[in-house]
Amino acid sequence: MLTILALASIVLLGIVPQQSEAIVIYTGWERHALVGSDIRLSCSFFSWRWTSEDVTFSWSYRPDGARDSISIFHYTGGAPYVDNKGPFRDRLEFVGNPARRDGSILLKNLDYGDNGTFTCDAKNPPDIVGRASSVRLLVFEKVPIQAGVITGAIIGAVLGLLVLIVVIYYLMRFLVARRVFNLSVSKHGRKGKGKEGSQQRQASPLDVGSLTTTQRQQLTATAHKHRTTQVIDGHLTPPPP
Amino acid sequence: MKSKAWTVSSSITTDLWYNCLTSGGGYHCKVASNEDWIQAVQALMVLSVLFCLLSLVFFLCQLFTLVKGGRFFFTAIFQILASLFVMCGAIIYTVMSPDRAVGVEFGYAYILAWVAFPLCLVSGLIYIILRKRE
Repeated sequence: MLTILALASIVLLGIVPQQSEAIVIYTGWERHALVGSDIRLSCSFFSWRWTSEDVTFSWSYRPDGARDSISIFHYTGGAPYVDNKGPFRDRLEFVGNPARRDGSILLKNLDYGDNGTFTCDAKNPPDIVGRASSVRLLVFEKVPIQAGVITGAIIGAVLGLLVLIVVIYYLMRFLVARRVFNLSVSKHGRKGKGKEGSQQRQASPLDVGSLTTTQRQQLTATAHKHRTTQVIDGHLTPPPP
Repeated sequence: MKSKAWTVSSSITTDLWYNCLTSGGGYHCKVASNEDWIQAVQALMVLSVLFCLLSLVFFLCQLFTLVKGGRFFFTAIFQILASLFVMCGAIIYTVMSPDRAVGVEFGYAYILAWVAFPLCLVSGLIYIILRKRE
């Protein structure tokens, strides 16, 4: 029984690592930049093994329209080696952290001739089987509006407007209902006899300060029309008996 | 995929979100141009779908809360707005679409947008005429 279990686990362990020894490299898909600016091209990888000391990163560049690519950066044996002869001499800097699996480079002072495809290849011995990943660089005079920004803005604006209209509608309804309620309370109070009526009217003075100026004017106008309230010191109070 | 295209020609199909080029053995797609008008059309189409869904939700709400003999005005507003958005989107696409060369035709999705607009409008008007029965 135990031998069968041991044999089965050995067989399974033998199968699984075959598949998991591929290294997966991540870079961006496309990068936009302005002429004269700097850009950081990021490259990172995933590997089932611990990061070894012999990890290597290498970047190569293929200009737009060309068929060959040239190597512009290589990191090996713990030291980075930047381009000192090619199109990026004195413009390339290594800003990555190999211990954290980051092999990013910084390109400075971009020009239109830097349009092209940058390929990052990382190896983590013994994990060396993997596909290199490419990022396209596009250099613009003026960065165009990103796809989807205007779409999102229009949708957000229309939905926001909708919510605003609904909120205002319910607010107006609530305020009108409150005014109608207050006036109907004072009207019923006047119909009642003597002290009960005046006690009801003095129940709660309406605070005018919380309303806007137009609402205040409307309220005082209707209040004066009905002659049930007066404005004293900014508060609507029932007239003294 | 000719069915979801807004314009088709012999090798290039364009829809609302991607421009795709079929070249020997491959299908290369890139995100539709960053121009303002295509993003406006995208936004209007998405908004019209949202408003149609909202009108359906409000119809179900009003079905249970409306008084007998009442009309579905709230639902009708949303449905008519949805039809207006589809109309605006289709008009903007017609006017601003750049490929007016020989051999370039409008695809099925574009025709569907124009068909959807009057159907949506008619549905909204029917909501106005409709009255709730007991």
